Amino acid sequence: MARDAHLPQSGAELRRLNELRRGDRGVVARVGVDDHEAHGVSAEELERRLLEMGFVEGARLAVLFEGLIRRDPMAVRVDDLRVALRRREAQAVVVALDDDSRSRGR
Amino acid sequence: MTDTLAPIQDRPAAPARAEPRVALVGNPNCGKTALFNALTGARQKVANYAGVTVERKEGQVSTPAGQRAHVLDLPGTYSLRARSPDEEVTRDVVMGKFRGEAAPDVIVAVADATNLRLALRLLLELKQVGRPVVLALNMYDIAQRQGLRIDLDRLSQELGMPVVTTVATRRRGLDDLLAQVDRLSVDGLRSDDQWHAPSAAELRAAHREAERIMKVCVRPPERPDTWTGRLDGVLLHPVWGTLILFAILFLMFQAVFTWARPVMELIDGGFKSAGELVNHTLPDGMLRSLLADGVIAGVGSILVFLPQILILFFFIILLEDFGYMARAAFLMDRMMGVAGLHGRAFIPLLSSFACAIPGIMATRVIDNKRDRITTILVAPLMTCSARIPVYTLIISAFIPPKVVWGVVNLQGLVMFGLYAAGIASALIVAAVVRRLFWRSAVEPFLMELPAYKAPDLRNVAQNVLMRGQIFLRRAGTVILSMMILIWFLSSVPGAPAGATGPAIDYSFAGMIGHAIEPILRPIGFNWQMGVALIPGMAAREVAVGALGTVYAVAGGEAATGTLASTLAGHWSLATALAFLAWYVFAPQCASTLAVVKRETNSWRWPVVMFCYMLAAAYLAAFVTYHAAAALGGG
Ligand SMILES: Nc1nc2c(ncn2[C@@H]2O[C@H](COP(=O)(O)OP(=O)(O)OP(=O)(O)O)[C@@H](O)[C@H]2O)c(=O)[nH]1
Ligand SMILES: [Mg+2]
Repeated sequence: MARDAHLPQSGAELRRLNELRRGDRGVVARVGVDDHEAHGVSAEELERRLLEMGFVEGARLAVLFEGLIRRDPMAVRVDDLRVALRRREAQAVVVALDDDSRSRGR
Repeated sequence: MTDTLAPIQDRPAAPARAEPRVALVGNPNCGKTALFNALTGARQKVANYAGVTVERKEGQVSTPAGQRAHVLDLPGTYSLRARSPDEEVTRDVVMGKFRGEAAPDVIVAVADATNLRLALRLLLELKQVGRPVVLALNMYDIAQRQGLRIDLDRLSQELGMPVVTTVATRRRGLDDLLAQVDRLSVDGLRSDDQWHAPSAAELRAAHREAERIMKVCVRPPERPDTWTGRLDGVLLHPVWGTLILFAILFLMFQAVFTWARPVMELIDGGFKSAGELVNHTLPDGMLRSLLADGVIAGVGSILVFLPQILILFFFIILLEDFGYMARAAFLMDRMMGVAGLHGRAFIPLLSSFACAIPGIMATRVIDNKRDRITTILVAPLMTCSARIPVYTLIISAFIPPKVVWGVVNLQGLVMFGLYAAGIASALIVAAVVRRLFWRSAVEPFLMELPAYKAPDLRNVAQNVLMRGQIFLRRAGTVILSMMILIWFLSSVPGAPAGATGPAIDYSFAGMIGHAIEPILRPIGFNWQMGVALIPGMAAREVAVGALGTVYAVAGGEAATGTLASTLAGHWSLATALAFLAWYVFAPQCASTLAVVKRETNSWRWPVVMFCYMLAAAYLAAFVTYHAAAALGGG
């Protein structure tokens, strides 16, 4: 089971950021929503905003903190930047989990 | 460095061209305003959160070549796409579309050296605009402390632009920067503006390029900042963090009440002896009354609150500099979301504790128009510092300074309650506005959490003093002139011969007060309060001064006690509480309404704001008065 935890593996577990828990880490695997959800902006616009804040494929990501009610919003580290976002927007980010984060939380 | 290739043959020694215009552009919170202040000697607001600057500001500096340059400070942005009104300002200035202003001659791209990735991405976009750019790696002190290695020559080569390092807060690196500005303003290469809004694919490509440059030029820090993570472990903890936030707010209002007391008594005593001095030295007459009742009793009753205002600002500025504001916004986000407010509304609302005007301006960081207007409409419900005099006066007159639960000052507790009432009503009104007018989905919320910084005590002291100056200037201008007007209206015309009631009953103020009394009677207000409410429209504090003057004029020689004790003798508890309830909502600030007009570009919203707040104030006072009277406070 020992793998290099710093590279996204082809077999790495893929999860949406909004499903992650505090302490989970990984690498951003995909950014963008395909289904049209109620985000107040178009899917393309949401994707660009996330990209502009550094949520880009290959960026290191770690979930730092969660809010009190329904664990929302969440604070994450994207590369060197700490960013707060709501879980609704976090849905648009898919993360390849590091091995030690796999199947934790639930 | 390609820009040194420009022709230099017949350039005059001292170029006789127009004074260059230099724009500071960069991500939020990278230190643009700190740099602007260092360069120009200005004192624009600097604080440790994203979105402090929302306007274009201009200043001047002389460069080493003896040239005078115009420096423009701009709102921070992550891209030139401009999604919110503040970012539009930046885009328009950079592209030369701002109110017909030409594009800047030189762009200073400011970057937080410890956080280069997004800055490089923006820089690649900025290069497309076709203006000469110099990169200022700011916060270089922190980079050095962390042992971050940046290969400056290589970076300059990769980017094709000069790179300088700066420490804006210590005024380091300014000469280097200005020398580059001098050079670029003369022989920097200019080309056509080729910028277009990048697509998602282009953004990804720019990220890859930025990542490549990072790899070759920057070595990760040897001693990364671990404090921020450790502090956040406590301050962003779902339970402890929330408790700490409330504890901080609570402490703040307790401090406003208890720490200020001794100094306030001193100031109050000073004004009282000044009043007595005037009363004893001047002959009885109009001049004596003007000085003693109008100027000293009126303005004095407001100046007493200087210590409280300074303490409040001291706390707010300390939290802002430390980097706590974004954390507070994080902790409160869910509650804001329930009320239908945008996450970015929190900081504007928190700034409204100081004054609604900067709060309303700060809503420019909110991209969606509806979200922004909702925030603007509720911002004046946050307890601004101009309400402190009103609240303090009534509380000290009617609430005993008891200590409850061992440590808590009852007066401070009531004050805290009034602040809480303001917050609660803002949330309720926001929820109602959303339900009634627009039910659209809330916009995405992405907010940077900056690294904590030890507050610079000089900066804190300077800012607190500046707030004090603003308060004093207001007291010396708006408030003083209003007080003189009120004194005049309360003294003229004098009582007719053989009058039985006090002279003020026959004055203009008395007539106005008695005329509106029937409207105010249902909410338990007397006519003196009516007199105070009308000039209070100019500025809320004036209401306190007006009460001071009205009761001083009416009381004549007998008015020896403080205004608080006078009120305690004249008002019932129910009336006092109704007055407080009125002030939670009262739309009594002409300048706020004017700013709402300017920021929304229509009369509609100031009118809506005025009407709903007036109605809410009346209703709240009515309910409070009757409830308190029924409970025996009448
Ligand atoms: N240590 C250090 N701190 C700095 C330096 N420059 C700015 N700061 C701090 O960084 C924070 C942000 O500074 P600002 O000047 O307000 O940043 P800004 O870029 O104008 O931010 P916005 O107006 O929000 O876009 C403040 O807390 C400053 O005191 C620097 O060179 N060194
Ligand atoms: Mg600024």
